[in-house]
Amino acid sequence: MNIVVTVKQVPDLVEDLEIDQSGKALDRDWLKFKINEFDEHALEEALLLKEAHGGTVTVLAVDTGEVDETLYTALAKGADRAVKIVGDFAAGVTSHQAAALFAAALKEMDYDLVLTGVQAVDDLDGQVGPLLAAALRVPHVSVVTGVDVDGRVATVRKEYAGGVMAEIEVDLPAVLGIQAAKQPPRYAPVSRVRQVMRTARIEEVEPSAAADAGVEVRRLFKPEGGRQAEIIEGSPEEVADRLVALFREKGILKG
Amino acid sequence: MTTKAKAIEKEKAVVDGIDVSGHWTRVFEQRVIWDYDLAALDRVRGIEGAESFGYCYQCAKCTPVCPVGAVADFSPRRVFRRVQLGSDLLESPDLWLCTTCANCLRVCPKQVNMIEIMPAVREQAVLEGNAPAELQKAFENTFRYGNPLGEPARKRGEWAKEAGVPVRVMAEYRQPVDVLWFVECYPSYHPRGKDASRALARVFHALGVDFGILGHEEKCSGDSQRLAGEKGLFEMLAEQNIATLKKYKFNRIVVTDPHALNGFRKEYPKYGGEFEVLHYTQFLAPLVDRLPFSRKLDYTVTFHDPCYLGRHNGEYEAPRQVLRAIPGLRLVEMAHCRENSYCCGGGGGGMWMDGFTRDHMAERLSERRVCEAVEAGADVLAVACPYEVSRFEDAVKATGNEGRLAVRDIAELLDEALGGGAA
Repeated sequence: MNIVVTVKQVPDLVEDLEIDQSGKALDRDWLKFKINEFDEHALEEALLLKEAHGGTVTVLAVDTGEVDETLYTALAKGADRAVKIVGDFAAGVTSHQAAALFAAALKEMDYDLVLTGVQAVDDLDGQVGPLLAAALRVPHVSVVTGVDVDGRVATVRKEYAGGVMAEIEVDLPAVLGIQAAKQPPRYAPVSRVRQVMRTARIEEVEPSAAADAGVEVRRLFKPEGGRQAEIIEGSPEEVADRLVALFREKGILKG
Repeated sequence: MTTKAKAIEKEKAVVDGIDVSGHWTRVFEQRVIWDYDLAALDRVRGIEGAESFGYCYQCAKCTPVCPVGAVADFSPRRVFRRVQLGSDLLESPDLWLCTTCANCLRVCPKQVNMIEIMPAVREQAVLEGNAPAELQKAFENTFRYGNPLGEPARKRGEWAKEAGVPVRVMAEYRQPVDVLWFVECYPSYHPRGKDASRALARVFHALGVDFGILGHEEKCSGDSQRLAGEKGLFEMLAEQNIATLKKYKFNRIVVTDPHALNGFRKEYPKYGGEFEVLHYTQFLAPLVDRLPFSRKLDYTVTFHDPCYLGRHNGEYEAPRQVLRAIPGLRLVEMAHCRENSYCCGGGGGGMWMDGFTRDHMAERLSERRVCEAVEAGADVLAVACPYEVSRFEDAVKATGNEGRLAVRDIAELLDEALGGGAA
């Protein structure tokens, strides 16, 4: 079974986020990038499937900067191939563009299963999976928390709001949006990452794929502060009385 | 088990024609120990660096000196015995409890070297994905940001802005300095570590020391990560730090952190990093007469010997010399001092496994240590390792000794006696 995992680089929140001069994007000069956490779970689930059923795991990423470290780390964890979609992507790509690029690259690859992170922590739109499945004309299930494969059918657990779970059978090939792997993503020992850096090769592909941005950012801004909080002081009785008065005042408490 | 052992002494024995028959010490057949399945032991002593694990002959000299043994069912002898009986050390919590403090090696007649065994076996466990999660987090942080705290690399030199004295950053200064001060992670990021760094900057300034720091170019020395089993990470950090240091001209390196001292002295030369390296107390000890003290410190102080300054690198005098030079200060010793100093629990990766080790220990090593400081009659516990201020301050609170014992870096005490910083 051949599994392809699409991964995306997202800003590492260890650095403060700054908005660039256009007012529509983050200032990339200040950013440090890391793998999207949900993609890390998609990779873990793929590695678990490979361990259970054999086959290969290929990681696929758009070269939006600092992606090599992520790809080498994936190889160190047990992925077999790392493929980088190269081009002029230094400013990042939207979900529509990423899905078009992944689809174009996948048309040249053998795959039974494509795992994406359910969403990325930077845009939170969760669109890459559905768009990619549509472009490839294969089934898609999102918010998946566990995958089992039997022949040409995958049984996946999908999470719904309110703690409802569904078990869904899906024909392969398929695209799955992974919410969480069966176990926490594994650690890649640095000595293994370094060894991989010396010996492994990241393949590069340059598929032609034209796609609209899909969405356009009109303005990006930091959360604007609300009114200051009121700290209620006094004895517990006084604080309770003041709270009750406030709840009445705001109409939360009637009578 | 085989049949019951029987005595094998002879009734009559003749050696070289001489009859040596008589009463014998009772000698039995080979003991049942030979019937153990030694596969688990063979696995450990087969790991490069862990060979001496097999030398243990169970004399138990290590048991009373092991700091972990005082709070847990643990000592090198016990670890050996469990492995001898078939327990897999790579899967056992025993593997992560040793703080590599080296007190066992000091007394071991067989030179069972936990300082080499632990990192070697842990490296295998790390490669197999068996390290505690919180330790892996510290490794990942160090790999990504150059420090185990997960703080931004860009802000590593920011503490210096509030030092009140100029602190040169080599990337900007670009001229030779006498002292390259390797600040390390906790002194760069931890709030109490930064206090000590600012104090030390003021002490250097008062002495007119020509010094510079690497600022954002500095990365963790990595020695504790090495001892915790991440050799690959250590090698990466060593290569990066050595390349950075070689860009600049300086006469010697002064480190805040005894763990960095150990790494620079014993490991960095293997990667082409040959430098003269001093701990800051070693640098200051010969200069104390030149310090313009302006305040008397009416403190009774006891000094905690850091494992990696004392036992690992043989320095017991320099910190005491510096402390004795402070006017008014009375130095008292704890029962465990110098060669027999009690570990704070932070070494060998212990700094990053508090949650894990708490499940296996009756109390933190740092908690025992602060109680010992109080028993010694001290009102200040002086430290010279950046792991310790935060560890011991937490321990002071946890043991209900708040207000009774203060924890101060030696640099902070010097700074105070020089009239700087907070009194």
